Amino acid sequence: MNSGDTAFVLIATAMVMLMTPGLALFYGGLVRKKNVLATTMQSFITLGIISVIWLVYGYSLAFGPDVGHFIGNLDYAWLKNVGLEPGPYSETIPDLLFCAFQLMFAIITPALITGAFAERMKFPAFLAFTILWSTCVYMPVCHWVWGKGGWLGAMGALDFAGGTVIHINSGAAALVAALVFGKRKGYGRDSMHPHNLPMTVLGAGLLWFGWFGFNAGSALSAGPIAVLALMTTQIATGAGALTWIIAEWKIQGKPTTLGAASGALAGLVAITPGAGFVTPVSALIMGAVAGVICYLAVIAKSKIGYDDSLDVVGVHGVGGIWGALATGIFASSAVNSAGKGLLDGNPHQLLVQATGVGATIVYSVIVTYILLKIIDVTIGLRVSSDDETQGLDLTQHSEVGYNL
Amino acid sequence: MKKIEAIIKPFKLDDVKDALNGIGIKGMTISEVKGYGRQKGHTEIYRGAEYVVDFIPKIKIEVVVGADQVSQVVDTIRNAANSGTIGDGKIFVMPVERIVRVRTGEEDRNAI
Repeated sequence: MNSGDTAFVLIATAMVMLMTPGLALFYGGLVRKKNVLATTMQSFITLGIISVIWLVYGYSLAFGPDVGHFIGNLDYAWLKNVGLEPGPYSETIPDLLFCAFQLMFAIITPALITGAFAERMKFPAFLAFTILWSTCVYMPVCHWVWGKGGWLGAMGALDFAGGTVIHINSGAAALVAALVFGKRKGYGRDSMHPHNLPMTVLGAGLLWFGWFGFNAGSALSAGPIAVLALMTTQIATGAGALTWIIAEWKIQGKPTTLGAASGALAGLVAITPGAGFVTPVSALIMGAVAGVICYLAVIAKSKIGYDDSLDVVGVHGVGGIWGALATGIFASSAVNSAGKGLLDGNPHQLLVQATGVGATIVYSVIVTYILLKIIDVTIGLRVSSDDETQGLDLTQHSEVGYNL
Repeated sequence: MKKIEAIIKPFKLDDVKDALNGIGIKGMTISEVKGYGRQKGHTEIYRGAEYVVDFIPKIKIEVVVGADQVSQVVDTIRNAANSGTIGDGKIFVMPVERIVRVRTGEEDRNAI
């Protein structure tokens, strides 16, 4: 046990928690005024839902003793056998702290998906979806990559802080959700522009701040790898913000605030799997490329015509895939002996990364689709047309965001 | 008695108000309105999606004056609100049948 590491991960855990309210602000500002609370609520209440599930069985399914390289068993249910001494996942911090740190990741992942079905989902259906998705998709995929005995981790897939588990996973689910839900009423006809961009930029700022806990904290130790992860995170994020606005400036004539915030997020997503494996210069390339390709992905969405309302696919899906592959390219044993990528003479790593990406997408797409269909025939996914016009704040929660 | 309604660019409001005060106009009502004429709307860009916004913000000023003051007030508003560019707005003059001051019950010219 090391008190320095413990103090560091305690703080990192609290920082990652703050990302979910940050996401609530980010998403809340992007929707129309009549849906600001419902959108905020979908992120905020996830803090409640997942905390409870995690205690009861979630942590155990994700990190419990391995069953068939696919999922954990129930030995850690109700956090039995998860104590205040170092456990199987860290030699220097209490097992329970690792569990708390991982809980924050489990919370933000389903919250990310809410951007895809924003402004049209029934609240009870949302609750059911979050519980089922977290149980049937997040926990297994988390086990594959990070659980002891999980097949992707055993294969040598590099995912420092959750590019595959969190971003590709939620991005793939978001694509399915956008297609299953269909477009918002009036999409393409009515104006659906963001109602409060300062709120969105504030949210992006909180996400950026919390992400230092997310990435540096994933070192689980207040040491050199945490420092590397913090610096690569900062560089990639700054680069992403810059290249996104440069790209839109070229293509559409104006650099936008929302573009800067979105580009920063794209950079954050892209560096996540590689944060502790690549050099700061590689981080610059990873972030810079992410800003451009995520921007192009978001533009392509408007052309293709599916309504991923808040661009979860374009930012988290595309940025996550790029980040996972780029980690296989840029991982450098000079900075972290645990990872050796293509440029370090290990082309096999890129193949392993691609396998991780592919498997996660296929699994997430199929299971998300089944879950959404089950909820649709039982509870019904979508609010009525009248309710959608009136807004979810009033119809789902009987309150309004602004009484001015 | 006439009512003068002027639609102007929002940033010209202070100039117009000061100019009207300068010729002794003692009160006015303003509202924030949206509309378009020859200026048309503008384009907004959000993550690559372009929205054409037809209605753009304007200020509507309403002033009621005696018939003898109309041309002076119209000229004053016109001078103060003129920026020489398209979208500077319009001024409408219309008759007013009756005016009542709520507090005293005074009517018409005495109530202006």
